Amino acid sequence: MTSLSSTASSLADVTTSDAALRRFLHGLPGVDQVGVEQRVASLATRSIKTTAKAYALDLAIRMVDLTTLEGADTPGKVRSLGAKALRPDPTDPTCPSVAAVCVYPDMVPYAVEAVTTPGGRLHVASVATAFPSGRSSRSIKLEDTRDAVAAGADEIDMVIDRGAFLTGRYLDVFEEIVAVREACARPDGSRAHLKVIFETGELQTYDNVRRVSWLAMLAGADFIKTSTGKVQPAATLPVTLVMLEAVRDFRASTGRMVGVKPAGGIRTSKDAIRYLVVVNEVAGPDWLDPDWFRFGASSLLNDLLLQRTKMSTGRYSGPDYVTLD
Amino acid sequence: MSTPFEYAPAPESRSVVDLRPTYGLFVGGEFVDGHADPLKSVNPATEEVLAEVATADADDVDAAVRAARRAYQRTWSRMSGSERGKYLFRIARLIQERSRELAVLETLDNGKPIKEARDVDVPTAAAHFFYYAGWADKLEYAVAGGGTPQPLGVAGQVIPWNFPFLMLAWKVAPALAAGNTVVLKPAETTPLSALLFAEICQQADLPPGVVNIVTGAGATGQAVVSHADVDKVAFTGSTDVGRSIARAVAGSDKRLTLELGGKAANIVYDDAPLDEAVEGIVNGIFFNQGHVCCAGSRLLVQESVAEEVLERLRRRMGTLRLGDPLDKNTDVGAINSSAQLARIRELVEAGEAEGAERWSPPCDLPERGYWFAPTLFTGVSQAHRIAREEIFGPVLSVLTFRTPAEAVEKANNTPYGLSAGIWSDKGSRALWTAERLRAGVVWTNTFNKFDPASPFGGYKESGYGREGGRHGLEAYLKGADQ
Amino acid sequence: MSPTSRAEVRKTYKLYVGGAFPRSESGRSYVVNDAKGRFWANASHASRKDVRDAVVAARKAFDGWAGRTAYNRGQVVYRIAEVLEGRREQFESEIRAAEGVTAARARAAVDAAVDRLVWYAGWADKLSQVVGGANPVAGPFLNHSAPDPSGVIGVVAPDGPLLGLVSVVAPVITTGNTCVVVASEPHPLTAVTLGEVMATADVPGGVVNLLTGPRAELAPWLASHMDVNGLDLTGVADPELARNLEIEAAQNLKRVRRPADEDLLATPGLGRMTTFLETKTVWHPVGR
Repeated sequence: MTSLSSTASSLADVTTSDAALRRFLHGLPGVDQVGVEQRVASLATRSIKTTAKAYALDLAIRMVDLTTLEGADTPGKVRSLGAKALRPDPTDPTCPSVAAVCVYPDMVPYAVEAVTTPGGRLHVASVATAFPSGRSSRSIKLEDTRDAVAAGADEIDMVIDRGAFLTGRYLDVFEEIVAVREACARPDGSRAHLKVIFETGELQTYDNVRRVSWLAMLAGADFIKTSTGKVQPAATLPVTLVMLEAVRDFRASTGRMVGVKPAGGIRTSKDAIRYLVVVNEVAGPDWLDPDWFRFGASSLLNDLLLQRTKMSTGRYSGPDYVTLD
Repeated sequence: MSTPFEYAPAPESRSVVDLRPTYGLFVGGEFVDGHADPLKSVNPATEEVLAEVATADADDVDAAVRAARRAYQRTWSRMSGSERGKYLFRIARLIQERSRELAVLETLDNGKPIKEARDVDVPTAAAHFFYYAGWADKLEYAVAGGGTPQPLGVAGQVIPWNFPFLMLAWKVAPALAAGNTVVLKPAETTPLSALLFAEICQQADLPPGVVNIVTGAGATGQAVVSHADVDKVAFTGSTDVGRSIARAVAGSDKRLTLELGGKAANIVYDDAPLDEAVEGIVNGIFFNQGHVCCAGSRLLVQESVAEEVLERLRRRMGTLRLGDPLDKNTDVGAINSSAQLARIRELVEAGEAEGAERWSPPCDLPERGYWFAPTLFTGVSQAHRIAREEIFGPVLSVLTFRTPAEAVEKANNTPYGLSAGIWSDKGSRALWTAERLRAGVVWTNTFNKFDPASPFGGYKESGYGREGGRHGLEAYLKGADQ
Repeated sequence: MSPTSRAEVRKTYKLYVGGAFPRSESGRSYVVNDAKGRFWANASHASRKDVRDAVVAARKAFDGWAGRTAYNRGQVVYRIAEVLEGRREQFESEIRAAEGVTAARARAAVDAAVDRLVWYAGWADKLSQVVGGANPVAGPFLNHSAPDPSGVIGVVAPDGPLLGLVSVVAPVITTGNTCVVVASEPHPLTAVTLGEVMATADVPGGVVNLLTGPRAELAPWLASHMDVNGLDLTGVADPELARNLEIEAAQNLKRVRRPADEDLLATPGLGRMTTFLETKTVWHPVGR
């Protein structure tokens, strides 16, 4: 890549052909694995205490996409998840709601119902496009998306075709994201937000993570998301750092801000705070907002609540004192 | 859009350190009085006096050398390598066990960020003792020429203030492993961790006299290196003092190793992993406030990416957190002394006067203590003083180049030759460059990496001899063929 | 024994496989007597399936162990020495019971075992500096050679209950191999106790696996196992058995260390380490 400003002028051309897109993606600066991991290790030593910790815990709660993506999901399970999302700590009215609940498409109506209150409602995110493998025809993926939007999903979490990406068919991946984005349109002209899941555990290299981030942003992604949660490793700090560098540089080139969502494997408050530190110091404070950074998680929320209680009472709490969902 | 994420203060507790009001010299296994004027060790972040420390006059140094000689003859050189090794392993373990205390003390006395003292200085020091402990019973494998090499005798060692405890470990561990005894002089502004090390030697039941510590300033150091019964001199510090030591030992049988100044080039090619290169540039010059002899103080960036690298570098410098060194989130601590601060200021003013463009991120400096903001100079030419002289502070001079040959030529155009950095994703280009750099340590796609297994030391006026690794033992051994 | 005296709680001696202490899957055991011929304990009589399980455990542990930094492996081996030193009375009394030697000889054996571990611990991050290095090839290439562990090593330990075992296990694991050890047949119990030391000394499960039972029954399964990369026959006294094991080992070209007379109390050379090391040479072009 040459300078950021010259990138901006050439961006319009880079998606005109597979060759042009490949040239652009392979022209991005490389990512040195050791360097990235050491940078992350260094940021992980940040010590977030007292007021900063209280701020971070509440922010992290507000950023949670409370997720259930199981074959065994039922309307009852989704309703209870919705209740938890609205009032994570029923004993404490100062505890904020989470950002959204994240479910399979057929659970969207129950989720919408569960998170709707007289005062408004939380967002409902739905996975789509033959989640989690993405191995289905384009038409099925688009129908899957439309179905979820029609059922009331505010946000669509699509998966990319990793097979296509790994074989270098970048334009196929690009065009599919564009098509899914169009399928997010509602009759009233508005559009569900599109999160693009890379499954970085399958892409393996940080170079690939940087390339796929740019590819998705060029295709119009509103959010870029690490993982389905079904493949190990799911979200990691270094992968998220590379994605945060990408959204930072993309804004510098285009002026457009894209959100980032690590998902899967983030279970403790300590983990969450480390992510927030990386957001703060790599992408910058503008991304410290549920509109621009989310955690795809389930068990994380309870640990955030335990820590929140610890902050207010000075005692370590236990799992018996937070609700199961 | 969002409220800022202000990190609340996260200070490491001082209570782990039990500072005494006064400290003596450590000679023959005991703390003793010194007979020169005591000095006051100051916390450079607050200008608070931490302790009064005795200093050694020539007679005190003589007593220390005699204690070292006695210990050498009576116990240490006669002990099997396996037994010596076990004492060094004990010391390594004691350092690990007292790591928090050592880190806090180092930060108080030196001004470096606690995260560096905690994550670099102290663990690397412990690792050095572990590494050389393992050599003590394997010396026949350490030196070419066959046979079991012999120790030299008493080593006189003078160390600087930038990594007080780590430099002590670099000096003491190989000397002891090889069977020598030592008289060590820590820097006058940072003597305290060496005196804590004396306690560690006591806890390890190290035979008295094997390690002797004489505190003081230049005169004490001079007495150590010129003492007639010292067989080996090891010095880390400025090139000027190194030169005078080389003159002082001329014509004697003393062996000498010197680890001196540097003006390292950090070369960024256009195919570098840029974000990691920026991290490496920041680490190269702002680690330990730039008080690093191998600091990457000259950034050589290829013209085609210069603008982008500088844009990223400036943004990154804006996130550096300068302040209370004891705060666990501090990235840049205090300048070690008022004298060093004056030296940095003088060179920075010279840089401006010579026409280079100075830039620092917005940065509030504490009112008390010695501080200097991370500083970047662009438009620097090879002729500028800030491109030639070692500043030993958080000041980076940026120069550009067009071709690999030009990068190498500029990098080598200095009397120094301690270290260099290369950033490129093309392995053969990095190795081509490394092959041509006249520097003792070359880091590729990383910077300021230290490991006990890895030799460290300079070309040209950056000194001679190596510390670390198998090579580091050679400085303390007579081979069978010597 | 008077009705009021205390009956001691005796230890069950089991195998040490994958970091756990299972009984032999066969359910068999054999009697181990002390030096005076009195019953001491029943040792597990491992089977071919225990060999198989132990090799699986050793293979599973290999990547992680070999992938650790040499410095870290050295620390772990040093930690074994620390823990062993702390339990020296137990080992001294087991050695005296097993071999009928004097207290002084037992103490000397433990001293030597601890010092041997310390000696090897120091090699972890030094051996490649002694047996590896840069090769000045005639061309624009950086070329260097470094040792790399061979993999899973089968070890038939000699009879010295502690020093013998330490002398064959420490060199193999220090360099990053993992091992399956057939312990001394007449003195197996101390091997199990050493397993307890390993288990509490930060040695990852599966790096050292200790089997007790007849050598002639177990060693052939190790020798013929296609997922074992090396075989140390130090403890095989019968030349015919040693030869047959070496023939079996040839099937997948295991690196073999033959039995030889050696003074275990003397400082060893590098051979026990280098036998089970590959040399890897890397070429890289040097050019603009």
